[in-house]
Amino acid sequence: MRFWKSSRQYTWLAGLLIGILCLGMGAIGDQFSVIWKKAVMICMECIGIG
Amino acid sequence: MKKLRLTVQLLFTILTNGYTYGFLNGKIYQGRLKYACVPGLNCYSCPGAVASCPIGALQALLNRQGFRIPFAALGFFFLFGSLLGRFVCGWLCPFGLVQDLLHKIPLFRKRKRLPFHSVLKYGKYVVLILLVCIGSLFLFGGFAKVPAFCKFLCPSGTLFGAIPLLAANEMLRSQAGRLFLWKLGILIFILVLSIKVYRPFCQYLCPLGAIYGWFNRFSLVQLHWEEERCISCGACENACPVSLTVGEISRSPECIRCGRCVGACPQKCLHLTGTERSRRTRQKKST
Repeated sequence: MRFWKSSRQYTWLAGLLIGILCLGMGAIGDQFSVIWKKAVMICMECIGIG
Repeated sequence: MKKLRLTVQLLFTILTNGYTYGFLNGKIYQGRLKYACVPGLNCYSCPGAVASCPIGALQALLNRQGFRIPFAALGFFFLFGSLLGRFVCGWLCPFGLVQDLLHKIPLFRKRKRLPFHSVLKYGKYVVLILLVCIGSLFLFGGFAKVPAFCKFLCPSGTLFGAIPLLAANEMLRSQAGRLFLWKLGILIFILVLSIKVYRPFCQYLCPLGAIYGWFNRFSLVQLHWEEERCISCGACENACPVSLTVGEISRSPECIRCGRCVGACPQKCLHLTGTERSRRTRQKKST
């Protein structure tokens, strides 16, 4: 029980590691270029035209 | 704490929207920083934006890659969420800052919540699932795949993207039609409502708040309540802008970590802190 309680305080660290892992997977899958391509063009939907 | 928060909010908004050339010429930044996302709701079509919007990034991945897991967007959510939780909403979101400033205007009788809050607070989860996820995959426009949240709802895009771009760019201005008017109507409604109700968009509609709220339970930045020192005076509950009870404050997905309760507590038994500090305090109490 004590182990569970103390380990819960470090759940954020597990979340952080999952985040870094996901970013790595995203980089392998070339997902950042998809985000970049969308972000450097004016998003017509965002500004209410498209 | 109030002044510190306002300073951080202003500095972060200026820092993440610092591409002044874009504002002057009606263009957007196209550099490498846009590979990354900012933590808050910050439209990447804002002329000043130097990085991407995380919700926009999620939708772009769902639009382009369909049912493949959007790892890059999830990575940013886990990264910011695990470290900060909804601290992002309270301290780092530009649209949150706008609503905060509007709520300071001495007009109308102020309210912390809308009627039927207990039902309406789930609106942000509906927006996340229906507009951001399902909408971006196939719902609106048949299978045309559009970023449905950005297109039909996002007031941040209208305020930080559409208005400055249309003001500076004649060609875009000539193309604005019904959809723009719809989005402008939503923006005006939310801004006017913000004068009366505290952060209505964050409380009821923001999909990013729905995501970060889930991280509030275990994020590094926590609001720690020393229960044994509490005299139950209710000062923190009165100060809380989203009407949380002292028991709820530390772990509720609705808490935006604004820190008003910390400043209001006469016993100083509330702390905005990392989990390590909480652990040490507990240890001290047990000895």
